[in-house]
Amino acid sequence: MGATRPYNGCMDDIRNPRLPERDRPWMMRTYAGHSTAKASNELYRRNLQKGQTGLSVAFDLPTQTGYDPDDELARGEVGKVGVPVSHRGDMAALMDGIPLGEMNTSMTINATAAWLLALYIVAAEEQGVSEKSLQGTTQNDIVKEFLARGTYAFGPAPSLRLIADMIAYTVEHVPKWNPINICSYHLQEAGATPVQEIAYAMSNAIAVLDAVRERVPEQLMGQVFGRISFFVNAGVRFVEEHAKLRAMGILWEELGRERYGVSDPKHLRFRYGVQVNSLGLTEAQPENNVQRIVLEALAVTLGRDARARAMQLPAWNEALGLPRPWDQQWSLRIQQVLAYETDILEYPDIFEGSHVMDALVAELLEGARAEMAVVAEHGGAVEAVPYMKGALVDAHRERIQRIESGEQTVVGQNRFTETEDSPLTADGDGGILVVDPAVEAEQIDAIRRWRSERDQAAVDTALTELARVAALASATGDAAENADTENLMIPTIAAARAGATTGEWARALREVFGSYRAPTGVGEAAPASGDGELGELRDRVAALGERLGRRPKILVGKPGLDGHSNGAEQIAVRARDAGMDVVYEGIRLTPAQIAASARQEGVHVIGLSILSGSHRELIPAVIDALRDAGVSAPVIVGGIIPDQDVAPLRAAGVAAVYTPKDFDITEIVSDIVALLAADAEQSRSDAPATVA
Amino acid sequence: MSRAPRPPQPAGPEIDVVGAAIGARLRARDLSAAPDALNLLESTVPTDREQSAALLAEVSPAWLGQEAPGHIVGITGPPGAGKSTLLSALLRAWRQEGLSVAMLAVDPSSRRSGGSLLGDRARIDFDPTDAGVFIRSTSAGTQLGGLSWATRAAAQALAAAFDVVVIETVGVGQAETDVADVADTIAVVVQPGSGDVLQFLKSGIMEIPDVLVVTKADLGQVAVRTRRDLSAALRSLGSRATQVIAVSSLSPPQGVEELVAALQTHREQLDLPQRRLHARRASALADYAREHGERGLSALGGRRAAQAMLAALDPGADVPALVAALERRAAN
Repeated sequence: MGATRPYNGCMDDIRNPRLPERDRPWMMRTYAGHSTAKASNELYRRNLQKGQTGLSVAFDLPTQTGYDPDDELARGEVGKVGVPVSHRGDMAALMDGIPLGEMNTSMTINATAAWLLALYIVAAEEQGVSEKSLQGTTQNDIVKEFLARGTYAFGPAPSLRLIADMIAYTVEHVPKWNPINICSYHLQEAGATPVQEIAYAMSNAIAVLDAVRERVPEQLMGQVFGRISFFVNAGVRFVEEHAKLRAMGILWEELGRERYGVSDPKHLRFRYGVQVNSLGLTEAQPENNVQRIVLEALAVTLGRDARARAMQLPAWNEALGLPRPWDQQWSLRIQQVLAYETDILEYPDIFEGSHVMDALVAELLEGARAEMAVVAEHGGAVEAVPYMKGALVDAHRERIQRIESGEQTVVGQNRFTETEDSPLTADGDGGILVVDPAVEAEQIDAIRRWRSERDQAAVDTALTELARVAALASATGDAAENADTENLMIPTIAAARAGATTGEWARALREVFGSYRAPTGVGEAAPASGDGELGELRDRVAALGERLGRRPKILVGKPGLDGHSNGAEQIAVRARDAGMDVVYEGIRLTPAQIAASARQEGVHVIGLSILSGSHRELIPAVIDALRDAGVSAPVIVGGIIPDQDVAPLRAAGVAAVYTPKDFDITEIVSDIVALLAADAEQSRSDAPATVA
Repeated sequence: MSRAPRPPQPAGPEIDVVGAAIGARLRARDLSAAPDALNLLESTVPTDREQSAALLAEVSPAWLGQEAPGHIVGITGPPGAGKSTLLSALLRAWRQEGLSVAMLAVDPSSRRSGGSLLGDRARIDFDPTDAGVFIRSTSAGTQLGGLSWATRAAAQALAAAFDVVVIETVGVGQAETDVADVADTIAVVVQPGSGDVLQFLKSGIMEIPDVLVVTKADLGQVAVRTRRDLSAALRSLGSRATQVIAVSSLSPPQGVEELVAALQTHREQLDLPQRRLHARRASALADYAREHGERGLSALGGRRAAQAMLAALDPGADVPALVAALERRAAN
């Protein structure tokens, strides 16, 4: 073996298959934050006491999309899926008592990443810590927001400019910061195959690096390349998943050498953090998710040559609702058992020389290169967003169909479904965290107080300067021609210091950059074949259409700020395939928009999807708006809806509620058709009375 | 044209009430009647079709005393040409002038299942609380590249209430001929660098539109070249009337005001009664042929004879009345 390939291990003696010294474990984090900065700070401190070695901040959706808690669009979302951070006061409270010079903080923040980094820098200043010593990561990957996650704020060109400015700024001023985490994680959550995950993530990295290359001196490109890290996913097919990471490492090094002329091995290293798969976690028999999470963690730790730098694991109950601190502790303990009890950190790469692993890697590389070529033909990742989005919707549909047909086994969901009652969910809270609805009102009061107590003139000046700098490059929309214009980070940090708010920062930029809606992907999805169950459903849809006088028409949309649109997209595509007219409205809709669309489009039924936990506030608001607009069509709701919320939703007028355990999409569409048929029957028997 | 007597009603009084009431609301320029009008016009239930006829009679030129005052604009172009962005900009411009706007967005349907995904309205940027805007997505129906009966009827009906009625269709080549039968003004949208429209124009596959719009003018040279090529092609075809306008929605936006003015100019120079009359007769013949086939046409003595019969009928009659007249003639 030594003759054909150089041995990369650290040992001198081949008879001793161990490392001279046990490796240091990866950075252990928990994706956490909710309610308020103060409550989240307490949670972080407790997590650190439990042996967590880094922080991973979950921001709420208004913060992620650039709205203050008192904005109309923030309704129902404040403090739900993360912590609201509206100004430097919130950031200081969030990091209170945590030494920022020593901490390594990962922030899941994208559209507003520049702003949150600025707040973090200012919070460090207030602690007397220089930005030079800050360590951490801002996710800052906007292409995947268009593709999968939906928390974008600006269009592609200005978004890329913000990213490039941040990278240019941090390379010089915050040298230990990872300014961007290219995310393949969310692509897998949106249904990507391993090949798609690799290809789209790499294409995305190319788009970012090309944009940065125009804004930094050539000799800094090595450093820039070295600061780019990845955020990946790992599914339960953990052998193939490990091969995927090895393939990404190879492609990354190749890209650095060939496209960007990087030669320093340190800069060429493929560095990644990981959150393992949530898509495969089930609501049915949720305790099984624990073993899924453990196996997925093996995918990113087993082989030393492709091991994660940082890891955060989901909790067993994520398909049920928000995890409680105890649930998250369980996931941290999985990491600790793996790192401190098992022997995986004692060996060099255990797949070195494995023919099976090498062949798997080669197969993935071939597929990924071909798919990267397709993206390049579309003009690169930004131009190819509609293509990639359509491909993801298709891939996800195929996955769902494999599960529906039983071709792909999901234990406890489509096979081995007999179960005892679970003591884990028997408690009154249903085994999840419920955010106090009073939090939103408190945050609204708090931000109004903040605005009234600050130096308004200083804020106005800072925001005017921000708008001026933003307008410099957007006049042409081309970052490349403006490499020497002022960096947006400078006025952003100034606005943070002056006490501006998240919503004000984003509004100032929206006014310059314009509004944007990402493609939905559903229009590009290929039609399904009409075999079996779907054929029978089509006949029923046609019969219903005869009775209604026109094709049954459904409006599918997502109220609130939650951008996780996979479920809504799959319902839309399947309803189309069943023969319905589908008005798909996409994400981030206000109740007024949904009501106006339903009325103008004359739909027979309305399907709403919410995964952020804001259903208790938003669904009744949508129903009120619909009824005010004179729309009487039934409303159905899908999403992560805890059992105890179903009855209140029904009472508010919801005709049916679907949750992740209803994985058969055709069955859901079939239910909707049955509901409409029953309504039509009802109104027919009512008809003589109204005519008379 | 003087006010004509109320046209004869097809059925008994209580059945009439729904369609006629909606028609009367449209005639009174009650914009909130638009959704109800569409729900009815799209229905294929026989009693609803009678109501539709009653609705259309209420907004017929005979009953209005003139052609419906709204400007019916057909906007057509290939996917990805930037139609939605253009429509958002046009919508803003028209609303700033205080004009009410109805948009009928026609999406191609899935042939296999008959279902369709109507995603356009999500891409058009408008204020959902603005009562002066009505957007309805409709599937194209069964004819390839065509307009459904409901869309044509809706355009005519909504023109009684709205200042501007837009019919947006996807495609280039044959697709806009159907729109030409109902719209007062046709604008074809082209994106820079795509040679299709140029080829179709030169080879005569495509009728010459009233206005040509080149989008994405911010792309610079390629947009300029596309605009120049189109103008040259139009000149060589002897068309001097068609304006070629470059628009960009990126800030600073350009060309939108010019486009609004060009559409308006075309409308002012148009012999509107003649164009609408032609549209109604073409629609009636198409509807009749669709319903009764070649056999039905031969019962009238062929297509030319049918056209001659239509030409002799009341110019103020609405489409269903014209079709009914042809059917009576065929039965005799």
